[in-house]
Amino acid sequence: MTETPARAETPPSGNAISDFGIDTTSQSTGEAIRDYFARLRGGELGSLPALLGLAVLVMIFWALSDNFLTLNNTANLIAQGAGQIIIAMGLVFVLLLGEIDLSAGTASGVCASVMAMHYVEAGNLLGGMGTTVFWVFELGMLLAAFLALVMRIWAGAVFALVAFTMALLGVPPNAWLEMLLAVCVGAAIGCITGFMVSKIGMPSFVVTLALFITWQGVILQFIGQGGVFGIRTSQVLFNVANGNLSVLGSWLLCLIAGGGYAVVVLGEHFSRLRKGLVTKPTPIVVGRVAVVGAIAVIATILFTVNRSPNPDLVTIQGVPYVVPIILALLVIGTFTLNRTRYGRHIYAVGGNSEAARRAGINVSKIRASVFVVSSAAAAIGAIVYSSKAGSVDPQAGGLNTLLFAVGAAVIGGTSLFGGRGKVAHAVIGGLVLATVNNGLGLLNQPAAVVNIITGLVLLLAATVDALSRRRAAVASR
Amino acid sequence: MSEPLLELIGINKSFGPVHVLHDVDFTVRAGEVTALVGDNGAGKSTLVKCVAGIYPMDSGEVRFRGQPVTIHSPKEAANLGIEVVYQDLALADNLDVVQNMFLGRERGSRWLMDESSMEKAARETLASLSVRTVKSVRTPVAALSGGQRQTVAIAKAVLWDSKVVLLDEPTAALGVAQTRQVLDLVRRLAEQGLGVVLISHNMADVFEVADRISTLYLGRLVADLPVKETTHSQVVELITAGRSGDLGLARPEQVTL
Ligand SMILES: Nc1ncnc2c1ncn2[C@@H]1O[C@H](COP(=O)(O)OP(=O)(O)OP(=O)(O)O)[C@@H](O)[C@H]1O
Ligand SMILES: [Mg+2]
Repeated sequence: MTETPARAETPPSGNAISDFGIDTTSQSTGEAIRDYFARLRGGELGSLPALLGLAVLVMIFWALSDNFLTLNNTANLIAQGAGQIIIAMGLVFVLLLGEIDLSAGTASGVCASVMAMHYVEAGNLLGGMGTTVFWVFELGMLLAAFLALVMRIWAGAVFALVAFTMALLGVPPNAWLEMLLAVCVGAAIGCITGFMVSKIGMPSFVVTLALFITWQGVILQFIGQGGVFGIRTSQVLFNVANGNLSVLGSWLLCLIAGGGYAVVVLGEHFSRLRKGLVTKPTPIVVGRVAVVGAIAVIATILFTVNRSPNPDLVTIQGVPYVVPIILALLVIGTFTLNRTRYGRHIYAVGGNSEAARRAGINVSKIRASVFVVSSAAAAIGAIVYSSKAGSVDPQAGGLNTLLFAVGAAVIGGTSLFGGRGKVAHAVIGGLVLATVNNGLGLLNQPAAVVNIITGLVLLLAATVDALSRRRAAVASR
Repeated sequence: MSEPLLELIGINKSFGPVHVLHDVDFTVRAGEVTALVGDNGAGKSTLVKCVAGIYPMDSGEVRFRGQPVTIHSPKEAANLGIEVVYQDLALADNLDVVQNMFLGRERGSRWLMDESSMEKAARETLASLSVRTVKSVRTPVAALSGGQRQTVAIAKAVLWDSKVVLLDEPTAALGVAQTRQVLDLVRRLAEQGLGVVLISHNMADVFEVADRISTLYLGRLVADLPVKETTHSQVVELITAGRSGDLGLARPEQVTL
């Protein structure tokens, strides 16, 4: 189909765009602010509740504990929450379709255990797993590749085949290869989940609940009851969540992240302005860029101060590696959702899958692919949380990992009903949960209290989601 | 009478035990507006969705410019140049006007869509339809009124360089001025040589813009008549009873759905 506008479009008398009713391409700052509040009242809250909640939590813990708002604890808090945040980022894709991936947590555990086993067994997965289990694993990878090919999700097939080949060849232990292996196994798992949900048509809740239990068994099989794979001895694997950029690296990151943001946002804004397209008021855009830039600079200044508890003995300074990791994933995820066709189609399927189908979108492929994204992201999350812990045990990815990740996305403002959400929500919501966890830990609260409070925070977020949705439904009629 | 652009021959369609379309023959001619009328539940929307590739047909033949074609998916219909405005609109509420209009056919590369060109084209098309109340083309569709949504759906269909446009009750939710615009647009599309199908329950509109009137009665196409040789009361009889004088079914009383 060509894209030439139909010939019907000659407007009556040369009054085309200027006469487009009250369509406006630009607003004054005042109007934009009034508009924003009108949208808030209409139920479009976005991540505002989470940001306010985060501010309140920080203030409460700051008041209650002298150790909370210290540089060292802040860096620690981010590293603690990073794994969950990354898993949540992948889950946003699934939640956007109104689906759920309950297996993301234990799937991440499978990836972590394969990665750790590869390191511990010096690359010999056959020896580590035992012959039967090894060949079942290899068959699983082949099956995943086959299913991905059937669904024409080429990237998924490539990842699954890479995992198959790496295991078969018994590549030598190398931290980078091990991380790649984890991500490939994750993507392969996602291909299987996606096939069952979108091609066989089972509800994702049931499929992923079953897989949640299955993967838990697989982890136990790989590691063995009471076993543990230590990865602390691998410099690279350990540094992922425990290492820091050098001071120079930190400032480079600040320059790339802050400067890059400014260049992209301002560049796009002025280019749209020139072309007469819909834009936000320039003061608001510039203000936002200034705020982000200021945060980047201040954070870098603080993180490059020596934050060691014993500054005379050891020096701990520089931005933790997890920060650039999360930022990179945030940029990739946001770009994918906002700027590529794939992302646009995800929103469309989540908003109205029948409309998407009628627009010629391959709905079942989109539906399957988000599970590949979610599981692959879960694998990256697994690398980070395993690194933080320094070891992988049969509990990896179990317990509350998944529920916390879903909670993070929802607290950040992603809707469980599909169609509304951003990758950034996972970061904001994940920081809220990490703050609760870390703060209550500093106050020496027992697990009981931590769990109860975390649950209540999540409940609050879900309530806000449901209420704002009701509000939006009323407002749009 | 101009050449047939799209011909449906002997179309049958059932939903489970319900036989909705019975051996329907239907022709769309280039440069003409064909009105498709019939009571609620007669099968008009079903026929349109079969043409659009949304429902598979049970049997029957489709010819496009005389060539037999198969339409298995909305994409294939679009590739032939068939555009549809659905009765239930089919817009994604969470996307804005521009995003909806280009859904599935975004401009730019797969990895980076060309937003500015899409936004401009969308605005120009909407301007030509005299949409005066949409605040901005970047408004999410959820925030539009029923009539505004309908206009967006129509704009979405005329944005493309199409050969056949099927409009399923496009004016049902529109105000006086917008209805006028749509009827003028329907005429304009036909004058440019497109085949236009208009489904409507409003006989005044049908008689104003249509060249031919095809009547569906309980899933059977009972008459295909030029507007000039037809009267209001004949069409109403055909719609409600399946028969009018010599026209229509021989024994409509024996017909069941
Ligand atoms: N998806 C479906 N499954 C089962 N039956 C259906 C389906 N779609 C339509 N039908 C049935 O097919 C018949 C024709 O429906 P259709 O929507 O085509 O009518 P219509 O002529 O467009 O009516 P209206 O003027 O009310 O829009 C009805 O009896 C309806 O119940
Ligand atoms: Mg209908």
